[in-house]
Amino acid sequence: MSDTIDTVPPPRLDERVQRKSPLARLFARPEAGALAGAIIIYAFFFVVAPPFRNANSFSSVLYVSSTYGLMAAPVALLMIGGEFDLSAGVAVTSSALCCSLFSYEFTANMWVGVVASLGLSLLIGFINGWVVVKTGIPSFLVTLGTFFMLQGLNLALTQTITNQVASPTISNIQGFDSAQKVFASSFSIGGVNVRTSIIYWIVVVAIATWILLRTRTGNWIFSVGGSATSARAVGVPVGRMKIALFMAVGLLAWFTGQITLFQFQTIQSGQGVGNEFVFIIAAVVGGCLLTGGYGSAVGAGIGALIFGMVNQGIVYAGWDPDWFTFFVGALLLGAILLNTYIRRRAEANR
Amino acid sequence: MTSTLDDGQETAEPLVRLTSAGKRYGTIIALSDISLEVSAGEVTCVLGDNGAGKSTLIKIIAGLHQPSEGTYEVEGEAVRFSSPREALERGIATVYQDLAVVPLMPVWRNFFLGNEVRKGPRMNIPFMRQKTREEMLAMGIDLRDVEQPIGTLSGGERQCVAISRAVYFGAKMLILDEPTAALGVKQSGVVLKYIIQARERGLGVIFITHNPHHAYPVGDRFLLLNRGRSIGYYKKTQVTREELTGLMAGGGELEALSHELEAAGGAAAGLGAALGEEVGGLGLAPSGDGERPGPPGPPA
Repeated sequence: MSDTIDTVPPPRLDERVQRKSPLARLFARPEAGALAGAIIIYAFFFVVAPPFRNANSFSSVLYVSSTYGLMAAPVALLMIGGEFDLSAGVAVTSSALCCSLFSYEFTANMWVGVVASLGLSLLIGFINGWVVVKTGIPSFLVTLGTFFMLQGLNLALTQTITNQVASPTISNIQGFDSAQKVFASSFSIGGVNVRTSIIYWIVVVAIATWILLRTRTGNWIFSVGGSATSARAVGVPVGRMKIALFMAVGLLAWFTGQITLFQFQTIQSGQGVGNEFVFIIAAVVGGCLLTGGYGSAVGAGIGALIFGMVNQGIVYAGWDPDWFTFFVGALLLGAILLNTYIRRRAEANR
Repeated sequence: MTSTLDDGQETAEPLVRLTSAGKRYGTIIALSDISLEVSAGEVTCVLGDNGAGKSTLIKIIAGLHQPSEGTYEVEGEAVRFSSPREALERGIATVYQDLAVVPLMPVWRNFFLGNEVRKGPRMNIPFMRQKTREEMLAMGIDLRDVEQPIGTLSGGERQCVAISRAVYFGAKMLILDEPTAALGVKQSGVVLKYIIQARERGLGVIFITHNPHHAYPVGDRFLLLNRGRSIGYYKKTQVTREELTGLMAGGGELEALSHELEAAGGAAAGLGAALGEEVGGLGLAPSGDGERPGPPGPPA
């Protein structure tokens, strides 16, 4: 380096950059739209649905949100990494079925089933990722395939093994109590009943955000989704990164499956179909681009919260639940319009 | 590597030397009998029209392909790279046309992508932001905000991020793949300035272009390609700008075209005459004059 550089101190703040107000800075973030939407929807149901104002019923709104939000976080990371997972909804059910049927049929300790289903969930994630990376086929198609395969397996295997459409009740199996304590307990704060899954949800969103914004892994996630060829050219292991993201979805599918299983003790084999779209919508509402390379885990969390509020709010307001899907569709459309606008601004060349 | 000081004769070796290298894809001969060398502090320009084999040549040097024939030496040592990563480890960095940047990511994230500086499990973000700003300033670019997505920078600025990134991460040799192709006149000038700056920092540069007016002011050696073959390899003292332009324009072909147009008569004849004058003005000796080194003439 030459010594001429030392004479020019780097300016602290460039005069070409206008000082942004904190509000303007907030609105430049990917989750800004979702946050505004969440506030509006909260206010709306606060007015029209009196039970919504009750702390206990809001706690159950949070619980419903958490069952979506736990999955929305890894699905958001995957989308930022440029891929989809349509099998994520039924994979949750597969995990729960695997756990309960394994322990029930082999009369094993509950925890054996828990570990077995962890293995299965990670394997599903690995297969999804491996096929996508090795073949280069769009993940939309690959995971559409695994989605139908898993759905079929869930129904057929449950029918074959138990002769029923649901898994047997597992509350008598050894180790159930301790597993339930871990996955699906609740506690009380000031008379308000709080399910632990809400805490797990917040922790998962926090970890996902930290990974995304503060670690090298996060940098790589943005890069493989933003431009896989560029990422490869500078030495980012694109294939491994994508497989890892699919496996992260698998990990959380396992976790969410266990929470659902130990909450209800039995699981319907046809459950979970359609949820994959809920996760994706939550991520998109939260600012993730369908094309990858941009988004936020906090946003996906807020997206899940919006979902939970609408889901429960309609019930509290005493409306026909059929209105739910209309709301969801409208939210999605609004979010996509906003995202497209944001991306145009970000990508616009001078 | 041998980092001892008594490698006096080793520094005399060029950074990169190709000897009668060629590349076939199946039955297609993409490149044949190319010789080239680049030393530290030297700019070698590779000129050629579309399809001349420039890309194949870079891919061989960058480690993306292996030559089918001939040898490739780095600092006097024969090498056979199986990936760009290996070439990078030897200090050979390629700045591709698409620049290998991720448009939606902030400048500093792009700058350190694949080489992130970490502090424990976390990235050292303040350090990386600071360094990005400093390195860009050293290149003469005063960034407004390192947080802005790199897609919002101008083409020339992005080119500079890519170049200064390669330099910062210890490149000894830069391969620049048509860095001025998509740029305006002023922006091209800026990029040429960085090429000279890189040379003055002691880097070897391979500058690929199809514009002799960009190549001549910065180049020390010129390799001209046509249809996968070398049609001339000159030092700057051996060739003038006009000759270079003439060779690049394919003087013979233009002359033929001018005759054709004149023969056609009418408005085309006027155009043909003008073209003929242009070709004459290029100072190109007619074919058959074999005083220049290098294999003359394109294959029939």
